[in-house]
Amino acid sequence: MKRKFQLNHYLLVVIVLALVIFPFVSDSRTWTILLTQIFIFSILAMSYDILLGYTGIVSFGHAMFFGMGAYTTAVMLKRIEPTMGMFILSIGVGMLLAGLISFFIGLLTLRLKSHFFAMLTLAVSGLFLVLAEKWRTLTQGNDGFTFKAPEFFKDRVMFYLVALACLVLVYLFLRRFVNSPFGRVLVAVRENEQRTRSLGFNPLHYKVIASVVAGVIASLAGSLYAVSLRFVNTSVLTMDITLDALLMTIIGGVGTLIGPIVGAGVIELAQHYLSGLAKEYPIFERWIIFFGIVYILAVVFFPRGIVGTVREQIWKRKTKKDGSKPVPKKEVL
Amino acid sequence: MTVCTVLLNWMKSPCFIQSRRAEQVEGGNNVEPIIKTENLTIRFGGHTAVSKVDFEMPAKQLKSIIGPNGAGKTTFFNLLSGELKATEGEVYFKGIPITSMSAVARARMGLGRSFQITNVFPNLTVLENVRLAVQSKEKIRYKMYRHSMHYTKLLEEAHRLIEVVLLQGKEYAIASQLSHGEKRKLEIAMLLALDTEVLLLDEPTAGMSLEEVPAILDVIRAIKQTGEKTILLIEHKMDMILDLSDSIMVLFNGKLLADGSPEEIMNNETVQKAYLGGLYDENLAES
Repeated sequence: MKRKFQLNHYLLVVIVLALVIFPFVSDSRTWTILLTQIFIFSILAMSYDILLGYTGIVSFGHAMFFGMGAYTTAVMLKRIEPTMGMFILSIGVGMLLAGLISFFIGLLTLRLKSHFFAMLTLAVSGLFLVLAEKWRTLTQGNDGFTFKAPEFFKDRVMFYLVALACLVLVYLFLRRFVNSPFGRVLVAVRENEQRTRSLGFNPLHYKVIASVVAGVIASLAGSLYAVSLRFVNTSVLTMDITLDALLMTIIGGVGTLIGPIVGAGVIELAQHYLSGLAKEYPIFERWIIFFGIVYILAVVFFPRGIVGTVREQIWKRKTKKDGSKPVPKKEVL
Repeated sequence: MTVCTVLLNWMKSPCFIQSRRAEQVEGGNNVEPIIKTENLTIRFGGHTAVSKVDFEMPAKQLKSIIGPNGAGKTTFFNLLSGELKATEGEVYFKGIPITSMSAVARARMGLGRSFQITNVFPNLTVLENVRLAVQSKEKIRYKMYRHSMHYTKLLEEAHRLIEVVLLQGKEYAIASQLSHGEKRKLEIAMLLALDTEVLLLDEPTAGMSLEEVPAILDVIRAIKQTGEKTILLIEHKMDMILDLSDSIMVLFNGKLLADGSPEEIMNNETVQKAYLGGLYDENLAES
């Protein structure tokens, strides 16, 4: 068991090292940008996994925190100054705002049953979208605005490395978070809220804290996203962003943390290649239809997602091989 | 003069009275029953599920609650544990009114319960189910950094309790894959892990095969023999009730019909009628 645990970690270290070296051995600007997008959406999807996979909360309004981070960074870099210090400060301000707003929204709405909560998050998220559309003096509405990124990010490779560092740090933090005693109670809330209550844990507290953590991390992803595009408009607050995070989490594997990273990679790469095929085969102009079919098939045949299914197969094989008791992976069970 | 008035007023305040009562109980001077209800009532629309129940539970005893199906036994449990809020009346725990307290607060005070329908964390292992309960007892609630598996004392205690309820060898089995009897044992292990003063056991042998019942019976008997816990037990199996109980309380149509020693209850004519159906007919005739 210990050996396997170490092997997993070595594998992750090798992958991270390969990603660090990648931009120095490859000239492909497209790949650097694509991988940066994958890192950013991985952060967003992991934050969503805290809600969906670990706490059992379905939120349709996660994009509001992503958008909050994106707008905070964009506005501060444009209106004050495009420096590295301001970028870091804007991330902090965005996270603080997202944390406060997710705290109050969570406190007011997480008492409700899951479907009512999902509907309410959709409504609140819609409010923020309308606010961004109407507050033209600050956001320039649907048109959005461009801004200058800090000098340090002129070189795309530097931004790629910063995004990768953020991904690794967020992953390490969240892994510790979900494996802590607090994180184990989150899983208990997901499994059986009534039983959790009768054990003396207050589910509302856990759900609110989980939603704050998820909101803060989503805001970080939003800040990085805005700088990666040097542009922001209301699309960062739309339902599409939430659905992307949801699908990345489901396809990668709900409640696995590493799954959403895999999911983000699969979806971003698929989007890139499928839309690229449209030049040769016009039918791929409607690539989103194929995506829809893939989603349905994935949910029907692989409800545990890619990582969840692989883990399940490994356990089964291990149980068959040595006849030992199945020892489930902690992150999932 | 003013200081004296303030002091006297404070001594009359509910806060002071409650703290004094709690001190008396903790000091071993059990002047108060550990659980008491006064006029406890709950209505669902026009239906009164529990009606004006005045009940006292002496500490460190085992009391069984019996009554036909629909008598309000589980509802009464839900009122004690805080799953339901009373329409009227009061619930006291060690002399402190807890009627307005949440289920979470009552569990933390020392009211642990098991459920009629097995209620565990289905996709977690047996070990993790019990470990979570031990974690709650140790008040490790908001620690977010250290890995949960590094709390070795919690794990050791969880393993010990799994052995107590005879589930050893099943530590890494997923709870949903256990048999009904094993799930019941797991529930009791979780309840024991909480180490609450009061155990509310709602039909712990419901749905069990005849072979599985003695094991649960042994566990409950062992808990009783420690003399440390107050146990309230809802059951239908009369032989089990007579074997275990210090006293029995009978509920019928949400009302407290009788409360006394097993012999008194067995010889009580009204109780016999309630079980044989005569009382039901009389009630109908009266209405």
